[in-house]
Amino acid sequence: MNQTVTKYYETVIGLEVHLQLSTETKIFCGCANKFGEEPNSLTCPVCLGLPGSLPVLNKKSLEYGIKAGLAINCSINPLIKFDRKNYYYPDLPKAYQISQYDMPVASNGFLMITDEEGKQKRIRILRAHLEEDAGKLIHESACSLVDYNRTGTPLLEIVTEPDLRSPQEAYDYLQNLKLTLQYLDVSDCDMEKGSLRCDANISIREKGETKLGTKTELKNMNSFKAVKTALEYEISRHKSVIGSGDKIIQETRLWDESKQMSFSMRSKEEAHDYRYFPEPDLVPFIVSADRISEIKASIPELPFAKLERFIKEYTISEYDARIIIQDNAISDFFEECAKHYKDVKKICNWINGSLLQELNSRKSKLTEIDLGALELTKLIQKVDDEELSNLAAKDVLTFMIDSGKGADEIIKEKGLAQVSNDNDLEKIVEEVLAENKKVAAEIKEGKESAIGFLVGQAMKKTQGKANPKKVGEIIKNKLSND
Amino acid sequence: MISKEDVLNIASLSRIHLKDNEIDQLTKNLEDILEYITKLENLDVSNVEPTSHVLALENVYREDTVIPSLGQANAIKISADIQNGSFKVPKVIE
Amino acid sequence: MKLNHLTAHEILELIAKKEYTAKDIYQSVHYQIEKTEKEVHAYANLTEPASLSIDENKSFPIPIAIKDNMCILDQETTCSSNILKGFKPSYDATVIQKLKDSGAIIVGHANMDEFAFGSSTETSCYGPTHNPWNLDCVPGGSSGGSTAAVASNQAIWAIGSDTGGSIRQPAAFCGVVGLKPTYGRVSRYGLIAFASSLDQIGPITKDIKDSALLMNIIAGHDPKDSTSINRTVPDYTNSLVNDVNGLRIGIPKEYFIDGIDAEVKQAVLDAIETLKERGATLKEVSLPHTEYAVATYYIIATSEASSNLARFDGVQYGLRKIPAKSRKSSIVDMYEETRATGFGTEAKRRIMLGTYSLSSGYYDDYYLKGLKVRTLIKQDFDKVFKDFDAIITPTTPTTAFKIGEKTSDPISMYLSDIFTISANLSGIPAISIPCGFSSNDLPIGMQIMAKPFDEEMLFRIGYTYQQITDWHKKRVDL
Repeated sequence: MNQTVTKYYETVIGLEVHLQLSTETKIFCGCANKFGEEPNSLTCPVCLGLPGSLPVLNKKSLEYGIKAGLAINCSINPLIKFDRKNYYYPDLPKAYQISQYDMPVASNGFLMITDEEGKQKRIRILRAHLEEDAGKLIHESACSLVDYNRTGTPLLEIVTEPDLRSPQEAYDYLQNLKLTLQYLDVSDCDMEKGSLRCDANISIREKGETKLGTKTELKNMNSFKAVKTALEYEISRHKSVIGSGDKIIQETRLWDESKQMSFSMRSKEEAHDYRYFPEPDLVPFIVSADRISEIKASIPELPFAKLERFIKEYTISEYDARIIIQDNAISDFFEECAKHYKDVKKICNWINGSLLQELNSRKSKLTEIDLGALELTKLIQKVDDEELSNLAAKDVLTFMIDSGKGADEIIKEKGLAQVSNDNDLEKIVEEVLAENKKVAAEIKEGKESAIGFLVGQAMKKTQGKANPKKVGEIIKNKLSND
Repeated sequence: MISKEDVLNIASLSRIHLKDNEIDQLTKNLEDILEYITKLENLDVSNVEPTSHVLALENVYREDTVIPSLGQANAIKISADIQNGSFKVPKVIE
Repeated sequence: MKLNHLTAHEILELIAKKEYTAKDIYQSVHYQIEKTEKEVHAYANLTEPASLSIDENKSFPIPIAIKDNMCILDQETTCSSNILKGFKPSYDATVIQKLKDSGAIIVGHANMDEFAFGSSTETSCYGPTHNPWNLDCVPGGSSGGSTAAVASNQAIWAIGSDTGGSIRQPAAFCGVVGLKPTYGRVSRYGLIAFASSLDQIGPITKDIKDSALLMNIIAGHDPKDSTSINRTVPDYTNSLVNDVNGLRIGIPKEYFIDGIDAEVKQAVLDAIETLKERGATLKEVSLPHTEYAVATYYIIATSEASSNLARFDGVQYGLRKIPAKSRKSSIVDMYEETRATGFGTEAKRRIMLGTYSLSSGYYDDYYLKGLKVRTLIKQDFDKVFKDFDAIITPTTPTTAFKIGEKTSDPISMYLSDIFTISANLSGIPAISIPCGFSSNDLPIGMQIMAKPFDEEMLFRIGYTYQQITDWHKKRVDL
């Protein structure tokens, strides 16, 4: 990147995040809010926008909107109304979207991020409003096909002020936002499935300039990484346009992931005039202070508060704490483990190591498997008590998750208990020595490092069940006694 | 008061293609109606609240419980142009 | 008296006495349709005989005409517009569901002004309906097919919808009783919207008693309509009381202005005198913002309509047209050609007016201003109803006009709703009942308005009036 250019320009980014709320039903009708069904099978007169049909607000979607608004430090508006946003597109069956214009659910919030210098920075959130999702278009070579299953999925649109100054800040904001929202259990927040989507507004200006430059709107990024890359691309494009004396055109551009470039979306360039007006088919909604406190009370401790608390309360490293708080269920699990077992560092190692590996390889969430905190701590304890080797304990964990059974039962079933009985071990060592006479001789001559090889052989013989420490001691004893 | 260009712009926003003879007629009609509406200019409404709803209704919800959908066959039978269970439209270029 | 001339309550008595069956009644209506429909053209389409359901065991097996803007499951519903030709809804409107449950026999979809845009039923894609009292005249509109069906005895009951007078004005022109209930009293679910904040479904009948019976069937809370009120529906037949003694009735001076037909004025004044003789107190009142009602209405109604009718775009159902030569992109071409071909002139006019008044730069001066004047108009009524039980006015300034007389002059057509619009803007119930005939034998209607949710007051006054007078008993013999 050209250093002289970066020196003089500042990037200004604002993000619009669309979050699909994970209610049972759609926002204005009783159709199931599900993903991946047969085209148009989850539709009714309301979400198909059939003439004569009318919307009725899903109570839960408003509750989720309020909950999310509170979690991102917004004030909840006591009077909420819906408006129609009028535009034509085949995925929008009424040719208007029911959205919120001037009285959204929530406004004036913020989220903290850590900026490039490591300082805490506040990213202001302008508003969060509820609206209905559109359907899906599939483009064939000669036509387009419309599936309205997604139509009417409740969306919360969260709009920041133009407070972000770099693609990295945008990335961090998205990470923090996603983490916060996941704690609320109001959305899958899965960008690949489209349950979290992000558009970005970006402009550049000379440093010290207070007026905003001409912005472009970027759409079609399918991951946080793509958002970052697209923004980096767009900054460079803006610079090269301005640098060659031209002007940026205010427009919407689509990110092409395969080409790693943004392209102007010419077909939508016709001047927008959404003709917003109050939705006459829905009445206003009044949110009482009591209702707000009720919903507030249902919000769990949020990730950053939890992070601080974990570091302080459990004296674990920030590194460990950060991994654990990435998932609310896991952080609860951690705390539960800590009640049963003292060495929190060991718990962290188990959770952040074997457990997360198990979850990743299964593509499961903790809540989807049957594993109790007490069971995990029992397992760790068994390693401490030398009933199990570390290696065997990992296998036991795998079996526990597979079967939902307790550690004791698995150990018994699989015969995985560590062999620490001296008689048994001596027998095994004798076998090993007999089979490796040459190595034994070398050890006797002082090559102590070869003991490890013999221990390994003993472990192999016992499928990892032998207590390696004891095996080592017995080998040493035997060889020196001879 | 309202120009031919205005009318063409409104027609475009309304997604109605106007034939030449319609443009003049509609310009004249809209001009007459807007002229009639200017009578509201006599009223000072600076301190009046707008009425979007005549009923003082609020907080009308439904519970988040699933109601059976129409199903694919019933949903698409209103259309004459269906492919793979989806509504077929002319190609939308993005 | 002919069977199809009877009211529903008379018919139900005959059925109860086992003198006739529901099937006999339907046959007499069917006979009348075969005889007179060619001249009157009250229907957009008739129910296929195979899907007609006549259940002798149900309480109200009454032949009924449904305005063509209410969805009937699997039965073509078009709002009398080319753009909806062939559209067969996959659901029943709530009102239709209620009617079917009560046993009403749906004879067909009645003709209407396209999307209810009109006051004469001349803008229908099926051609105009004729006034049964004088076939050269319009039946009024937009529910002109519904009122003409009842007036020509081609249905015993009808259902209409009223956005600015579309039940009451044609009821007055056709000499029948037409009620626009309080906004929120009857579910709008399944009514193809014209202007959502003004639309209301209501009964069209031969007399007040039938109106109360039909309201008993269709009124009530519907969880599918957020604007439907959850409030107990009284048994409206209880308000059929022959007593107006002590009622305070306001006569708004703004409704007896120059330009109102002298015979209409006289007929309404006579009716007022009749009620006075029965002990009602009548006093002049003022609704000062009346003169702004039409302008306000046309802003609000067309704005909402422009959005409500945007969905008719050729994507899912109804008409789809693709121009021979591409003008823009292929999808926009489809939208623009479909809507250009499918909508009639008046629909285009209103959609464009509404689009304009909502568009950027004009919203505050038009739509928002309209909503504010609406507040003033509503306050006029609130004020009068503090001291009065009801308001009486003429329903229309004139009797039915000639077919074609006003089609080229939109504003004069709009002004024919001048007395009915305010009730929609303020959400109050209003009824039109026959109160006389002009010298050329055209019916005259009187409008009674009451407080929100006080339909009972309208029935009480109307019933008392119909105990004294015979206007509602006159039938056309076609």
